[in-house]
Amino acid sequence: MSSKPSTIELVNKNLAKRYRAEARFKAYGIASIAFGLFCLVFLFTDIIGKGHTAFVQHYVQLEVEFDADALGINDVNNPDQLAAANYQGIVKKALRARFPDVRDRREKRVLYRLVSSGSGFDLRKMLEDDHSLLGQRLSVWLIADDDVDTYIKSLDDKAGAFTGRVKEKQQARLADLMAAGQIDARFNTVFFQNGDSREPEQAGIRGAIMGSLWTMMVTLLLSFPIGVAAAIYLEEYAPKNKWTDLIEVNINNLAAVPSIIFGLLGVAIFIGMFGMQRSLPLVGGLVLTLMTLPTIIISSRAAIKAVPPSIREAALGIGASKMQMILHHVLPLAMPGMLTGAIIGLAQALGETAPLLMIGMVAFIVDIPGGVADPATVLPVQIFLWSDSPERAFVERTSAAIMVLLGFLIVMNTLAVLLRNRLERRW
Amino acid sequence: MQATANTLETKLAPQTEAVMKDNSQNLPDLNEATVGTPFSDHAKMSVRNVDVFYADKQAIHNVSLDIGKNEVVAMIGPSGCGKSTFLRCLNRMNDSIDICRVEGSLTLEDQNIYDPKLDVVPLRARVGMVFQKPNPFPKSIYDNVAYGPRIHGLTSRKSELDEIVETSLRRASLWAEVKDRLHSSGTGLSGGQQQRLCIARTIAVGPEVILMDEPCSALDPIATAKIEELIAELSENFTIAIVTHSMQQAARVSNRTAYFHLGKLVEVNDTERVFTNPEHKLTEAYITGRFG
Repeated sequence: MSSKPSTIELVNKNLAKRYRAEARFKAYGIASIAFGLFCLVFLFTDIIGKGHTAFVQHYVQLEVEFDADALGINDVNNPDQLAAANYQGIVKKALRARFPDVRDRREKRVLYRLVSSGSGFDLRKMLEDDHSLLGQRLSVWLIADDDVDTYIKSLDDKAGAFTGRVKEKQQARLADLMAAGQIDARFNTVFFQNGDSREPEQAGIRGAIMGSLWTMMVTLLLSFPIGVAAAIYLEEYAPKNKWTDLIEVNINNLAAVPSIIFGLLGVAIFIGMFGMQRSLPLVGGLVLTLMTLPTIIISSRAAIKAVPPSIREAALGIGASKMQMILHHVLPLAMPGMLTGAIIGLAQALGETAPLLMIGMVAFIVDIPGGVADPATVLPVQIFLWSDSPERAFVERTSAAIMVLLGFLIVMNTLAVLLRNRLERRW
Repeated sequence: MQATANTLETKLAPQTEAVMKDNSQNLPDLNEATVGTPFSDHAKMSVRNVDVFYADKQAIHNVSLDIGKNEVVAMIGPSGCGKSTFLRCLNRMNDSIDICRVEGSLTLEDQNIYDPKLDVVPLRARVGMVFQKPNPFPKSIYDNVAYGPRIHGLTSRKSELDEIVETSLRRASLWAEVKDRLHSSGTGLSGGQQQRLCIARTIAVGPEVILMDEPCSALDPIATAKIEELIAELSENFTIAIVTHSMQQAARVSNRTAYFHLGKLVEVNDTERVFTNPEHKLTEAYITGRFG
């Protein structure tokens, strides 16, 4: 018998070591995923923890009298009079009536800060909708001031309530209102209906969402057709030579160019040379198109390349022209891949901030844009603006806006995955 | 030559090695002209002195061959001998390969195929092709067959198109199997059915010549038998050139057989003659299985 161990003995000896190595290899992968998930969970808990309160807004109930004299209205059918009337005056009057013991002038001014300084607009809207309210006395729920809202929301905090500018006398009045059931927490519809505002309780993301939508529309309408056309030319028609290699290298380079440079380019070309206005979704869309194009071209080329050559040969073999081959066979088969690339490119563009700062979409804009030629801001820029604001109530609104933006991104990326799975064909 | 020698070694049993060595010493000069009967009196396609290059590498050397009307010509030979390349020259499918260059004369009924002014679209409508791997479009069976007639504008009426689809499927002996599911996907058929669908798709255009590039290599024996039967029936109406790796298949389906070796056409003869009494020693060596 030979003293040399047999093959099977050697194999068995090493087996345990091999399995251990394999288990370690697998563990590295699991650890990476766990780390990624941990970061994601941390991000989400932080944002949701800070932002969920923004979806609730406190309202104060007051007995408001639409007194024609106090408002200064003598003809209720005159829209100019309705617009110019002193609504804030009757709000103040209602507050004085609710707390009649406040005499001091300074203390009165503090009292007025119980409700939003924009409450007058809500009353105006009520009166414009229903003229018969003039002269009537009714109880109205008015939006609480942001300081009051923050204070009430922080009442349950373990660390103690955040009083801020709400002083003791004001706190007592709020306790009084709460005891009387005249303070109510409601879903914050204002946040989804209004444009930006200096007053946190009046600020909303509708303007930013619409601005983002208009910008994305311009980006999609331009970048998808241009990107697909470029990809088709490069894959199907372009000769393989130094020039096409150069073009390919440059497309890949463009995909890696910092986005702020595209912003500078946009300022120089669209605003400088073509004389377009600043802050327009049109200009923003053009800049983001430049930025998204490389992504769409690269993914479309990959999708076209993935169409099996046997399908092309089949089409050519029965006498299809090159264009018929592309339109009838290559494009339908490559479409899921192209759409996925386009959606991922758009999702990137939706979260892009830097180039839009350059072209002035960072301006304070209250109106909700009605088209690509109305000044607008976009969601990520709105987040940037609010995160810079000193009011504490903007902190929760910043987080809430981030949640809305993440919601859009999740929807878009899910759509990309669904599209890929749904339209993927087997051959 | 080195490449052939390598494949030989792996395929041959040790006892035949001696024979092989003997043979390789006696290998005839490949530069001599094709033996047998490469020309036909009623040629549908004529090929004269054709050379094909891939960049600097010559793949086909000075091949001349006629494909007679309603004839089935089989092309056999070891791997890499250029038979597929030759077949793809006949409807200019090699055009899509940038580095491929064809010299010499190829005519389809006196029309020069490689005339720069010639449009390949009508050429491919006249010379159809069936590929090695079944490649139906990921569309319905009906749309697969109707695609050719549609792009060529062969019919304007739906009823006519229906008729073309039915006739083509019948000729490809697929009609009975698919007539109840014409609108289900062509890729859902079995491999053999897919290949017959591809044949139906090719004949729907009404070509004069059908080129088949190893049409049965991806199929099982039963599907292969069906396709071979079909080729025999089709030869009544079409001229067929078929590349095959199976000598039995060549023997069963073809009228004439052409033997290619290293890019040269060694021998063309009536199929029976090639398989019973080949003129050329290389042909004999190949068909008796001494290499391949």
